[in-house]
Amino acid sequence: MARTPDGPPPPPTVQKLRLRYTKRGPLRFASHRDLARALERALRRAQVPMAFSAGFSPHPKISYMGAAPTGAASEAEYFEIGLSARCDPEQVRRALDASLPPGIDVLECVEAVEGSGSLADRLDATRWRIDLPGVDTGDLDAAVQELLSRDVVTVAKRTKNGLRDIDARAAVVGAEVTEEAGCAILTVVVRQLTPTVRPDDVMAALAVVADLRPPLPPRAVREAQGRLDDSGDVADPLGPDRAVRSSPQEESTPV
Amino acid sequence: MTVESLYPRLEPLLAQVQKPIQYVGGELNAQVKPWESVAVHWALMYPDAYEVGVPNQGLMILYEVLNERPDALAERTYAVWPDLAGLMREAGVGQFTVDAHRPVRDFDLLGVSFATELGYTNLLEALDLAGVPLHAVDRDESHPVVVAGGHAAFNPEPVSDFVDCAVLGDGEQVVGDITDVVAAWKEQGRPGGRVELLARLSRVEGVYVPRFYAVTYGADGTIAEVLRTRDDVPPRISKRTVMDLDEWPYPKQPLVPLAESVHERMSVEIFRGCTRGCRFCQAGMITRPVRERTITGIGSMVDAGLKATGYEEVGLLSLSSADHSEIGQLAKELADRYEGTNTGLSLPSTRVDAFNVTLANELSRNGRRSGLTFAPEGGSERIRRVINKTVSKEDLVRTVTTAYANGWRQVKLYFMCGLPTETDEDVLEIAELAVEVIRAGREASGSKDIRCTVSIGGFVPKPHTPFQWAAQASAETIDHRLRVLRDAINADRRIGRSIGLRYHDGKPGVIEGLLSRGDRRVGRVIERVWRDGGHFDGWSEHFSYDRWMTAATEELAPFGVDLDWYTTRERTEHEVLPWDHLDSGLDKEWLWDDWQDAITEDEVGDCRWTGCYDCGVCPTMGTEIQIGPTGRSLIPLAVVGARPQVDVHADAAVADPVHTH
Ligand code: SF4
Repeated sequence: MARTPDGPPPPPTVQKLRLRYTKRGPLRFASHRDLARALERALRRAQVPMAFSAGFSPHPKISYMGAAPTGAASEAEYFEIGLSARCDPEQVRRALDASLPPGIDVLECVEAVEGSGSLADRLDATRWRIDLPGVDTGDLDAAVQELLSRDVVTVAKRTKNGLRDIDARAAVVGAEVTEEAGCAILTVVVRQLTPTVRPDDVMAALAVVADLRPPLPPRAVREAQGRLDDSGDVADPLGPDRAVRSSPQEESTPV
Repeated sequence: MTVESLYPRLEPLLAQVQKPIQYVGGELNAQVKPWESVAVHWALMYPDAYEVGVPNQGLMILYEVLNERPDALAERTYAVWPDLAGLMREAGVGQFTVDAHRPVRDFDLLGVSFATELGYTNLLEALDLAGVPLHAVDRDESHPVVVAGGHAAFNPEPVSDFVDCAVLGDGEQVVGDITDVVAAWKEQGRPGGRVELLARLSRVEGVYVPRFYAVTYGADGTIAEVLRTRDDVPPRISKRTVMDLDEWPYPKQPLVPLAESVHERMSVEIFRGCTRGCRFCQAGMITRPVRERTITGIGSMVDAGLKATGYEEVGLLSLSSADHSEIGQLAKELADRYEGTNTGLSLPSTRVDAFNVTLANELSRNGRRSGLTFAPEGGSERIRRVINKTVSKEDLVRTVTTAYANGWRQVKLYFMCGLPTETDEDVLEIAELAVEVIRAGREASGSKDIRCTVSIGGFVPKPHTPFQWAAQASAETIDHRLRVLRDAINADRRIGRSIGLRYHDGKPGVIEGLLSRGDRRVGRVIERVWRDGGHFDGWSEHFSYDRWMTAATEELAPFGVDLDWYTTRERTEHEVLPWDHLDSGLDKEWLWDDWQDAITEDEVGDCRWTGCYDCGVCPTMGTEIQIGPTGRSLIPLAVVGARPQVDVHADAAVADPVHTH
């Protein structure tokens, strides 16, 4: 007969928190699985009262979404946790931040409001900043104009099942070229479609349309993630939770 | 001297390699001290990939012990995969530490921990990448002193050209002594240069400096003599032994990497040493006597470690954990303490007896019972008497059946093949055993959903064991026995499909055998293999038997010996063995008698319970058995991460750390 765990089932989720965190410095080389492990261990060290699934190998209730690729830095990664006891979001933010290695910094934590919809649905676009040391700003600008003038730009993308051709153009909503301290910078807003178009794919597209090949590895930072707004930029995905929270309601009192 | 971080030059390379996270450091509980703040700088290397090296307990312990000293710092370095190594050579970036990315070249000491001989080529690769001359005699005062440690250092002769010193035994205290010597020598303005430093180190107990010993060979290829070349170095080098483990509660702050590693848990060493007397087991022989950590010492290390790491699982480590004098109470009290916290407790592979099943049941009280591992090691009762790991077939089947009846679905059984005196029949008994285990297990559990995995590897005779004289089985013999075993298991498909067989072919074992019992002449083979592109020899995709064979044939020919001479040749009683001047405490006569007892299938008891049988270790080393019971219990703790009740108040639920920010 199959064994079942003794004792009562785990307590239910009584509160959902949504958090924004970073992947900075050398930790940009962490993969989404590395980050998940680090976050789960930090939640344990910080003694955040996580809700768990039932069964013999209970998992803490955590959902990760839209992780930036290994090698890309990020100022806007998001995840959601379910708690078995109500907590003050700001306290959780500080405790978790203190338990995480430098570079993974928890910037925001808000309570998810019932009926405000899922967080994943609010993450449909990213604004990337790609630093291109050694690339001439004029060349970059020309390449970007060329890319934007096309309807379709096919690039080979490495996937689990080998190389696959994808269109890297359709996902690009807008792009801008600037220069900072002598380094060419490409800021590009990309819609998150499947398969995802990542900074590498954008660079591959620039190579296809204008033979732009940076002499040094580009450095990408996800600056923002959220829903595409009318101006072609991305909106704060935690906005709807914050908006509701500011209206009076019974809450745990912050310390 | 300031030492600059290599990171800015390394970073662009990392974007181009596999799993770059393994090179960036920043592990939880890692430490970076300012270079100028200390007199002595240690780089500690585990000569394998980061994922294998980072959980290594030995290295973690020394890292902490050294960093606690105000006059020393220690940083870690690991073998670099070929993709990055190629880019580093192109860009002129040297072997670096992961902590502060400082060049290994600039450290005072490079400590390398060899758990296995298959790491030797990775040492050469790291030295070359670091820009440190491969041969110890070519180094000057500006180069790090290369110190080998770990179990393989009990015969460092094959790497004696490449290391400056080898350290025998427990490292906790000797690294401090070495630090003192280096600090004083630097302080005095480096008198006498590198040779004087090495001479001073050779007078530290447990430190062997190969260059001060000359080896001569006889006409038959065996060693004629090992003689000192200076009379101020000891004729024999004795191992170090740490007594009273409670005084060494390391690691206190286990490292938690971001990258995935081979052990996703923290470990607490519950005792060191083993006197079960398994004749194949080098670890058991060279770590005598048994020294237990007390139940309360273990309790506080588990508590502190979990708080410091956030790990979900604790392994209770030792060579035979169920032998701890208070293991039953420990298991129960830890299971009580962590009940409802989603904290897993585990014992490494265990001996085959009913008590181990009881223990495993207790530790998994509220967890999943997925897999249980037993290590009978020998296939037949006869061969188990030869290796001194006696368990009857009935007991074995009964124990495994009990495990299935208690809800364990998957049992793994570890065996060796190629043991001294072994025949095909001994190995074929493994198949009979597995079949019986599955039959009885299906009946006892009432389920067909049970599995037995037979994991089997070729036996490699090791120095400082009774089998140090034995002929190693050839790769062909091993492969033949594995083949007949596989056929026998597959003979009955209805049962055979519940039995898994995991094995490695015999070739890597032969090379391990060459390196284990090799002498100084084998150094040329290692160097040749590395020059021909060999490294990561513990990884089947990198290991090349042909490369080793070619190198061994060509490099050993001038000496009139060959691979077989080192591996499949049985040694005679009075042959001078390459490691005879290195003292593990074991009396050579006792080892020989035990070897003779093995051949006649005579068993020896465990001195913890049957009284001392004069293996030689305690009187030679001035040590004694340290075991309980202490009669103490674990004090209840306010447990971290206990599943809180729903009525926990918001501000109480997120405890302490909030106030420290
Ligand atoms: S000297 Fe005696 S007590 Fe000490 S380890 Fe050997 S057999 Fe055991």
